[in-house]
Amino acid sequence: MQHANSNGAAQAAKETGATHEYVTVFVGETMFGLAINRVHDVFIPTGITPVPLAPPEIVGLLNLRGRVVTAMCLRSRLGIPAQGAGTAPAMAIGLEQGGETFGLVVDGVGEVLKLGPDTHEAVPINLDARWRDLALGVHRLDGRLLVILDVDGILAFGSDRPAASAA
Amino acid sequence: MDDLLREFLTESSEHLDTVDTELVRFEQDPNNETILRNIFRLVHTIKGTCGFLGLPRLEALAHAAETLMGRFRDGMPVSGASVTLILATLDRLKAILADLEVAGTEPAGSDDDLIEALDRMSAGEVPAAAAAPPPPPPPLPAMVERELKPGEVSLADLEAAFLAAPGPEEDLPPLPAPAAMPAAVPAPAPAPAAAAPAPAAPAPSPAPAAHRPEAPAPQAAASEGEGPAKVQTIRVNVDTLEHLMTMVSELVLTRNQLLEIARRHEDSSYKVPLQRLSHVTAELQEGVMKTRMQPIGNAWQKLPRVVRDLSAELGKQIELVMLGAETELDRQVLDVIKDPLTHMVRNSADHGLESTAARVAAGKPARGTIRLSAYHEGGTITIEIADDGKGLDLAAIRRKAVERGLASQADVEKMTDAQVAKFIFHAGFSTAAAVTSVSGRGVGMDVVKTNIETIGGAIDINTQAGRGTTFTIKIPLTLAIVAALIVRAGDHRFALPQVAVLELVRVDPAAAQKIERINGAPVMRLRERLLPIVTLTGILGQDEGEIQSGFVVVAQVGRQRFGILVDEVFHTEEIVVKPMSSKLRHIPLFAGNTILGDGAVVLIIDPNGIARQVSQSAQAGQIPVEAESEETEIGEARTTLLVFKGGNGAFKAVPLSLVTRLEEIDASKVEWLGGRPLIQYRGRLMPLVVADEAIQIRSEGMQALVVFSDGDRAMGLVVDQIVDIVDERLDIEIAADRTDLIGSAVLRGRATDIINIAHFLPLAYDDWARGPRKAAARARTLLLVDDSAFFRDMLTPVLKAAGYAVISAAGAEQAMAILSGETRVDVVVTDLEMPGQDGFDLVAQMRRAGTPSAELPVIALAATVGAEMVERARRLAISDLVAKFDRSGLVAALAEIDAPARTAAAA
Repeated sequence: MQHANSNGAAQAAKETGATHEYVTVFVGETMFGLAINRVHDVFIPTGITPVPLAPPEIVGLLNLRGRVVTAMCLRSRLGIPAQGAGTAPAMAIGLEQGGETFGLVVDGVGEVLKLGPDTHEAVPINLDARWRDLALGVHRLDGRLLVILDVDGILAFGSDRPAASAA
Repeated sequence: MDDLLREFLTESSEHLDTVDTELVRFEQDPNNETILRNIFRLVHTIKGTCGFLGLPRLEALAHAAETLMGRFRDGMPVSGASVTLILATLDRLKAILADLEVAGTEPAGSDDDLIEALDRMSAGEVPAAAAAPPPPPPPLPAMVERELKPGEVSLADLEAAFLAAPGPEEDLPPLPAPAAMPAAVPAPAPAPAAAAPAPAAPAPSPAPAAHRPEAPAPQAAASEGEGPAKVQTIRVNVDTLEHLMTMVSELVLTRNQLLEIARRHEDSSYKVPLQRLSHVTAELQEGVMKTRMQPIGNAWQKLPRVVRDLSAELGKQIELVMLGAETELDRQVLDVIKDPLTHMVRNSADHGLESTAARVAAGKPARGTIRLSAYHEGGTITIEIADDGKGLDLAAIRRKAVERGLASQADVEKMTDAQVAKFIFHAGFSTAAAVTSVSGRGVGMDVVKTNIETIGGAIDINTQAGRGTTFTIKIPLTLAIVAALIVRAGDHRFALPQVAVLELVRVDPAAAQKIERINGAPVMRLRERLLPIVTLTGILGQDEGEIQSGFVVVAQVGRQRFGILVDEVFHTEEIVVKPMSSKLRHIPLFAGNTILGDGAVVLIIDPNGIARQVSQSAQAGQIPVEAESEETEIGEARTTLLVFKGGNGAFKAVPLSLVTRLEEIDASKVEWLGGRPLIQYRGRLMPLVVADEAIQIRSEGMQALVVFSDGDRAMGLVVDQIVDIVDERLDIEIAADRTDLIGSAVLRGRATDIINIAHFLPLAYDDWARGPRKAAARARTLLLVDDSAFFRDMLTPVLKAAGYAVISAAGAEQAMAILSGETRVDVVVTDLEMPGQDGFDLVAQMRRAGTPSAELPVIALAATVGAEMVERARRLAISDLVAKFDRSGLVAALAEIDAPARTAAAA
């Protein structure tokens, strides 16, 4: 499960004592990291019931082993234009907040990475404001960057949204 | 210690509530030893526990109250003052407990005032020496009561134990545990478990041991209620129950999935165990559902006390009658209605019931009654709060509604009493002349209504002047599992709670029922009414298109009725309601979601949400919302009319309620007998009459007929063409000077003649004793009493044309109810021949009643008038006797009454 590049990182982290494990997910070409302790599940979303009048981020509701899960789209949460219509959501990450289960729909799920502070960078200031609010930092990996996402931030929307869309 | 304290708090407040209730009962029934013993025991338990926990202030107070109750047990007469004092003490206890809950320690302060008063009261009549026996050892009774199965120890034994035990307070009155515990040791201890922890008493540590058993012990008898039956209960964390409920719901879903799979496979080897699983699951579900049920009495518990206090505060004598307290409903529902119920009872006591003096003056019993009842009715529970007070002051409400700009003067006058009564549900609406501390601030009834509606309930008012007001609340039994109709709209399925569904109608452009549009707003005709329609896909913001076929789910929310157009209706299913995600809760159209047997998640439509949207668009002038019509029809109410074309293309109309059927017959079927047209209709000969002279009965093609019938007789009115059915306020503009017309009115923007069917009936049958009549008067209210709906419907427009507001009643009883109601009646026209109580009986009753109706002028209608009848009428001061078909006679009689204003002239 450990990738070659993270071995070094893990080693370095051992010295500083602050490694974190992240589940990596993909949206388009970008790789994102979610704190592993927040990820309850990885599943293939099927049988999604769309919710009319719902905020655009909400894909719908689905039945995950008897629980009703609110599926939301990371893509639209981040403001990335939707892929061509008809592309079925590939994977979903099960997250929990306040006793509710959410499914974060992503294009793909990668491996689990153990990363230390040595590769960690603050969020670049020139990032899109929307991303800046949702990112906790960036890790420099071999050949690519990993944007660490704030799970609570991602789930913080909609609740205080006015019901204007329902009118 | 913290846990212990918390448990103590919960338990003590429960105990105190029970004591409240019981004391009020005890005051009314001072000889009931059982109640007293129960109260005594509860106060005692509190006292004992306070001792353990080192709460001296509470203990001292409880002790003083207990001592006084001990006197009662010894035979001291129970007075209202002493009960009031004990209740005051309980309030103080509650206040201290509340502080304790917040701060974790007893608040500083002194209760000497109360303790002194209690002591003085107890010392009053019984020698001080008797102080010892009553109060028994603190911990023992508490434990005995809890740890034994009911029946193991009789009450007598308990009592003996009380008496046998030494009175501890003689040694160490207000001090905590140490003294108390030893007392427990020598006690006969019928329960070993109870005795066991006791020896280790002195330290605080045993307290939990002695205390805790009551909560988890599965057999703990909660005898607090002293209700009709002693129920064994345990206290379980609500979260545990909720979790259990969720798990069972999931089990049900899994079972459903299994059954689905089993249906597809032939292998029967696992069908039997599956069936068993299915069975067990169903029972489990039912069982778990039951754990959520609580008797409604729990919500009522505080009411006797509330009423008692109010009765003192307001100086009224009030009796609270509670029926059906054992009716069970879901805990969640119970929580929501608790406060509204209390509020409504307060309202009834304050506004509803008149003062004792006023009651006596009105000839009512001095003691007012508030009756609270609950019962199951289908999947709902009905709660009624009735008082026998003065009824709502509808005149004041009308005035207030106009003042507050809720309706115009004209609207208010046209509204029925029931509609007017509904104004009290508006926020800030109060007609109370003075704001009292009890009510009259105009907050509340709107909140009551909102609360009830949030849980899918409805509230209704019925009020009678001088007789009282009844509020009827209907609420669903549970919110967790509901019967729902699974429908499809667009590509998706939705669940529609069955409680709101009245009926299903299939619509199709080719079928009898079809969707019509007024300025784009879809409507449907349903039994001579227009029903506004919303398309589910449309209201959900999906593509609507021009859907023409599908099913209309006729729904009713409150008094609002509307249709929801869906594409398909599948079946009814008991669904487990799961709450909506917090991200979606702002959408008013959904009440939650559920998982169906096939595993799909389906959204549950909230009919309240749809109703709100329907009425919103209605206010914007889009859809006519149909409000359910009231039972007592005032003449001003809307009338449904059948519009047809007479000769020369003139539009004519007749009240639809008079029409039996609409027919199109083959013109060749018309036969002529003795110069009169007839057809064979349903095995009989039916005479035909032309609607006006200009109409020729066709000799070929199809002929449109409007069939009227009364009893066995039927008549066909020949018309040119049937045009439409309209539902409009009938404003007859010109009272025509022709017997075949009542007058004309503007219907749908067209001048339309309203025909007087009474003119045509005698043309068909010479002896059809339904005479036309005409009247002339000002806008006064006339009560028309006739057992024949046909005759009522026929006379109503005639009398209206004469300028009366007409209320009709089908019999003497209904008439009396209207006369004693709020509506002002100026003149009564009654048929003399009615089944049961006839017209004479009615008039005799009116004259007897001693109310304003005793003086009302009455015109009686009779088929035949004989000398004897005239004599009888004269005795009853009936103004006039008119033959049933004598229209001019009735007009003249009414005119005569009107002339000398309101004198009750003799015949």
